[in-house]
Amino acid sequence: MYKIGVIGEKDAVLGFIALGFSVFPVDNSQQAADTLSKLAGDQYAVIYITEQTAAGIEDEINQYRESRFPAIIPIPGIQGSLGIGMQGVKKCVEKAVGADILFRD
Amino acid sequence: MARMNVNPTRMVLTGLKKRLRTARRGHKLLKDKRDELMKRFLEVVRENKTLREEAEEKLQLVHSRFVMARAEMNTELLEEALMFPKQKVELSASTKNIMSVDVPVLEFHTESDDAGDIYPYGFANTSSELDVAIATLSELTPTLLKLAELEKSAQLMADEIEKTRRRVNALEYVLIPNLEETIKYIVMKLDENERGNLTRLMKVKDMMLEQAHHYEYK
Repeated sequence: MYKIGVIGEKDAVLGFIALGFSVFPVDNSQQAADTLSKLAGDQYAVIYITEQTAAGIEDEINQYRESRFPAIIPIPGIQGSLGIGMQGVKKCVEKAVGADILFRD
Repeated sequence: MARMNVNPTRMVLTGLKKRLRTARRGHKLLKDKRDELMKRFLEVVRENKTLREEAEEKLQLVHSRFVMARAEMNTELLEEALMFPKQKVELSASTKNIMSVDVPVLEFHTESDDAGDIYPYGFANTSSELDVAIATLSELTPTLLKLAELEKSAQLMADEIEKTRRRVNALEYVLIPNLEETIKYIVMKLDENERGNLTRLMKVKDMMLEQAHHYEYK
């Protein structure tokens, strides 16, 4: 049975406890990176990570890009969206299509 | 295009022709794979985009409620209220094969179906903002999981599309022209040998006729 993890600042992730997700509040990038590698080795299929935290550990996140699990999904933190999640989608499109065709305004 | 370093013999020619046929076939198949992958990818990524917009918007709402709840309650009380979750999420993950890309499929079910069961605390000491935040978040769970599924699928498919495109291009612009060039070179070389041989035979015939009958073919 797989688990769902949430990594981020305490304020942004507390609410997920009530849903039955495993929540790991972190204070800095180092802690976040350690937690991430710990969770990735465990039975976590999905790891949500707040954008503020994700911004500091992009390299660690990119390590898991090619593997099927865990899926690491950036979500907006308490300070609002930084656009990192959307950036990810955009990058994906650019990689596959060669040009950005979804976000043309 | 550079031709390959091979001996211009009939045997090599047969081998190369076989390789060219295989390369053409592979090229066609890979091109079809790329096109179909691209079609599927665009479907997935469009849905991914709308889902992400929705999720981000809703999460924004949850966060703002949560901030309000924190402002109204003290921190210890809030953490205590959320300390022991009542709800458990069971997640089962399998994979689905889309054009040879293994994408994840996530299915989840919550331990209790009752919508009122999500609050792990009594209502007496907590702010109503917290209730709203938790309720919205709980509604958001399927969306978030779907988002995870789609986003991972999109990433994996994008990688596969890139790989396939490289292969198609390598076949189309390197391997196939190389093979064609080499085949042409061998054919021309063999033809030239044939002509050389023919001329030699004609010359020998002339010489023999001259010796036997003292003919003069000039």
